[in-house]
Amino acid sequence: MKKVAIIDYGVGNMYSLHKALKKFSNAFITEEPEEMLTVDGIVLPGDGAFHAGMEGLRVRNLLDPLLARISEGIPILGICLGAQILLSKGFEFGESQGLDVIPGTVVKFPETANAKIPHINWSPIVAPSGVSWENTILEGIPLGAQVYFVHSFIIKPKNPVHLLATTTYGGTTFCSVVRKGSVYGCQFHPEKSGEVGLKIIENFLRV
Amino acid sequence: MTNIRIIPRLDIKGPNVVKGIHMEGLRVLGNPRELALKYTAQGADELVYMDIVASLYQRNLDFDLLKSVADDIFIPITAGGGIRSVSDVRQALRAGADKVAINTYAIHHPELIREAVEIFGAQCVVVSIEAKKIRENSWEAYTDGGRERTGIDAVDWARRAIAMGAGEIVLTSIDAEGTKTGFDIELIKAVTEFAPIPVIAHGGAKSPESIAKVIQEGKPDAIAFASILHYGDTTVKEIKNYLHEHLIPVRDTLL
Repeated sequence: MKKVAIIDYGVGNMYSLHKALKKFSNAFITEEPEEMLTVDGIVLPGDGAFHAGMEGLRVRNLLDPLLARISEGIPILGICLGAQILLSKGFEFGESQGLDVIPGTVVKFPETANAKIPHINWSPIVAPSGVSWENTILEGIPLGAQVYFVHSFIIKPKNPVHLLATTTYGGTTFCSVVRKGSVYGCQFHPEKSGEVGLKIIENFLRV
Repeated sequence: MTNIRIIPRLDIKGPNVVKGIHMEGLRVLGNPRELALKYTAQGADELVYMDIVASLYQRNLDFDLLKSVADDIFIPITAGGGIRSVSDVRQALRAGADKVAINTYAIHHPELIREAVEIFGAQCVVVSIEAKKIRENSWEAYTDGGRERTGIDAVDWARRAIAMGAGEIVLTSIDAEGTKTGFDIELIKAVTEFAPIPVIAHGGAKSPESIAKVIQEGKPDAIAFASILHYGDTTVKEIKNYLHEHLIPVRDTLL
């Protein structure tokens, strides 16, 4: 079984994620920088503010080992805030730098008359035109499968090639899965998305 | 239009799922873990797990039991019953809840809502309101699983809970609860009219038709129910099929 670190950087609840990952891997929750060096994959969870997330990684000296493993090309899965901080910059409580693994920004979900923000609901994921989910964490997931979101910010990758899936809510279409090589970010919570979510987690462990 | 969430509710007493009428005369109806798995497999979008006597007996939710239920469930769970502090909220989240419902304590100490929101975020703080009709367009908030009067107007209480930062409201009609006679649509409307946060309508579900009716007329964001599932009158799947046929958007469980 693959050894997978779930990084505990002080932002949010990772118990459900841990039990979902444990179904398919030897997953453990850690905040130790040294642990990053020996694992086969890293999961970056998190709920909350962009700046708090980056600060949480920084104060635990996790930034360097995390970036080092990412450049080695091991599988990385960011979830919700963990996906957002993979991008270059965030704009929650002012501008802050992200990990800049995937070029782009994180901006507030546009308010519209017909949608309550935060977006807390099941919504469908679809493939942008010309994008195939084969050999990705979405392999075998039907187009339009619904997954569970809880967020008020969205990811805007600069390069459309990094969009693996999009979702439309309240008239806004946003990137729901971002991908660059073996680095993935899900704006939704696969650990809360029933059978579809478990399949995505299982796929991640095969990346 | 966004999906209407369909939420089976497990009322817990001791180690069992129970159900009464008007929140009294409780009968044991099954094992929480088995029912949670069964309803999840039927296509439930979330579960509500409520220890309905914890507050009355002034004790905590049984966190170990909650954990044993949550361990195999991969959809969101709202847990409540006897929550009196930030530390109780934290323990419930650690036991596998995604959101925590507060009623009795918050009605007397609404600042707990704000404290919990500041630490855990609004998305996981749910205020549970138990309302009993006193006259046309007027409801009183109750506590302790529908047993204690408060003298507080239930709709005003919803307004205050929202102002304190609550992320969601579970709105129970005590009059309808467990009766399988249809929802108190006026009550639901009285809150959804102004609430900028999601409202879960609970109490009185009698059939897929009655659920469609409260969605169309009361405009809640989600529906919670128990008796019609526990007694085998219908299933989550049947309800979703009915709503889908009547053009009410619900999550389709592909795979």
